[in-house]
Amino acid sequence: MSDTATTRTGRAPSVYVPSAEALGTVLAPGARPPRPSALSASLTFGWRAMLKIKHVPEQLFDVTAFPIIMVLMFTYLFGGALADSPRDYLQFFLPGIMVTSVVMITMYTGVGLNTDIEKGVFDRFRTLPVWRPAALVGMIIGDVLRYILAAVVILGVGLALGFRPGGGLLGVLAGIGLLVVFSFAFSWVWTFFGLILRSEKSVMGVSMMVLFPLTFLSNVFVDPGTMPGWLQAFVKVNPVTQLVASVRAAMSGSSDPSSTMWMLLWSAGFVVVFGTLTMYRYNRR
Amino acid sequence: MSRRTTGLAIEADAITRSFGETRALNGIDLQVPAGTVYGLLGPNGAGKTTAVRVLATLLRPDGGRARVFGHDVVSEADAVRARVSLTGQYASVDEDLTGTENLVLLGRLLGLKKPAARQRAEALLAAFGLTEAGDRQVKKYSGGMRRRIDIAASILNTPDLLFLDEPTTGLDPRSRNQVWEIIRAVVAHGTTVLLTTQYLDEADQLAGRIAVVDHGRVIAEGTPGELKSSVGSGTVHLRLRDPGQRPEAEKVLQAALGVPVQLEADPVALTARVGGDGTDLDASKQAARALGDLASAGIVVDDFSVGQPSLDEVFLALTDHPAVTADERDDQLEAAR
Repeated sequence: MSDTATTRTGRAPSVYVPSAEALGTVLAPGARPPRPSALSASLTFGWRAMLKIKHVPEQLFDVTAFPIIMVLMFTYLFGGALADSPRDYLQFFLPGIMVTSVVMITMYTGVGLNTDIEKGVFDRFRTLPVWRPAALVGMIIGDVLRYILAAVVILGVGLALGFRPGGGLLGVLAGIGLLVVFSFAFSWVWTFFGLILRSEKSVMGVSMMVLFPLTFLSNVFVDPGTMPGWLQAFVKVNPVTQLVASVRAAMSGSSDPSSTMWMLLWSAGFVVVFGTLTMYRYNRR
Repeated sequence: MSRRTTGLAIEADAITRSFGETRALNGIDLQVPAGTVYGLLGPNGAGKTTAVRVLATLLRPDGGRARVFGHDVVSEADAVRARVSLTGQYASVDEDLTGTENLVLLGRLLGLKKPAARQRAEALLAAFGLTEAGDRQVKKYSGGMRRRIDIAASILNTPDLLFLDEPTTGLDPRSRNQVWEIIRAVVAHGTTVLLTTQYLDEADQLAGRIAVVDHGRVIAEGTPGELKSSVGSGTVHLRLRDPGQRPEAEKVLQAALGVPVQLEADPVALTARVGGDGTDLDASKQAARALGDLASAGIVVDDFSVGQPSLDEVFLALTDHPAVTADERDDQLEAAR
């Protein structure tokens, strides 16, 4: 079997000839290391997400270009009509568009998971003796970094356009923190859909159907006071409204305990309900 | 937990599994002795992959019981996972990552510290001839290299049982031989290998025992020799110059061999099984006699060969239906996944 390598000139010198000895050295069984902790396994999967960003930096497009376009578009589209000037509108609008952009980006968690499953690499992860949710938690850890990046990009654009948060650095950090907590929790909705839907396209389709009403029928763009009563009822219970209210308050230097509490309750609910559903599907697929 | 395990590596008892309307596993039984290569042979859609997925804890069976080294694959899945490894039909490494990164990632997940994981990755890459490719993304690997990194990833922890799902499908002959050598080395070090394949000669080359799978059940089981002799040790293929002579050739062959002769779709081709009692010399003698008889009957033969029965022929003999019809089933299964 190895003869062809020597008779053919001009072939790459690296024709692989399996050698029983070389293979023997790597097959010699050493002691099995202890199983990694849940945290260590999750962080290792998070490291995988980092490596993927390093190798496929194009995937950062949706967390950089998309948010910039969103901020510019809506600031100048609505700014003059809804407030005295785009700059005035921005003081109200920036926390909202930050929430909208980041919440919309959460859907890529589902798309990414679906692609992983399609490619088969999840089969290997699922046969590893590690803490079961680690692969998904690690994936979301990677996504959280993308959310932070998107939030920072939007903040940068906002500051350049004249956004002046009353809460200062601490207020802004608190606002981004709340947003990241919610987005982490909300990502579990998409891991579930990523597992049950058959293709990347259907995951996209479902997420759009959920995300558009959720982000637009809220207090992001305008004060809900002008909306008809039935719509106000929806806007009021919409978790995005609660999130925007608490982020807005934090960035302006005050606080909105009731909205913050509701938003944290929603987050806990998403993790409990969709985290459980996700793991159920993940184990049974 | 000793590495050289004796007894049975796998015991599967009447496993069933359906995907919607399609019954992928229809009560499959398996007994795989530890320390051997065991072949699951069957066409696409026979249920081989589903069986592997159930045994590797990726899929729950609808009914039946399966144990791997005595651990139930459903209720003791974690104990099973600690001892098995899987190289799937599709890439089971991350194509966006480099070879080294993939191995380090898996090493870390199996509990190695970073320096140890890195060392292990380097050793594996060297043993699999991938040192130079270590820093390249796996999606840039050739088919053979990809298979090798897949298998390297599977033996990171030197498993007690390795599942190889059609490891050579789509590979060129040289890469296929490399994979065969690797499998031989793996089993020589005490790891049990469950190999699925569509090729009889692959199972023949590697496996100590083979189970032929069709429509989700085992239809025959034994050593390669036993299986082949149950089908006839060889097959005579011949092609005539003149299609008009085929009916006559059929008669002559039938008389000479004493077995039914099959007319192929090709109007000049005929096939017959010979050597029913399993001795190869017998097959050659019968074939020689048949060729002589054809010549004396004035039939011009363009091409004449005696070969091992193909999977198709084994199938035909065991099931009375050709293996290829299973393709549609496969499509259905794909869709149901």
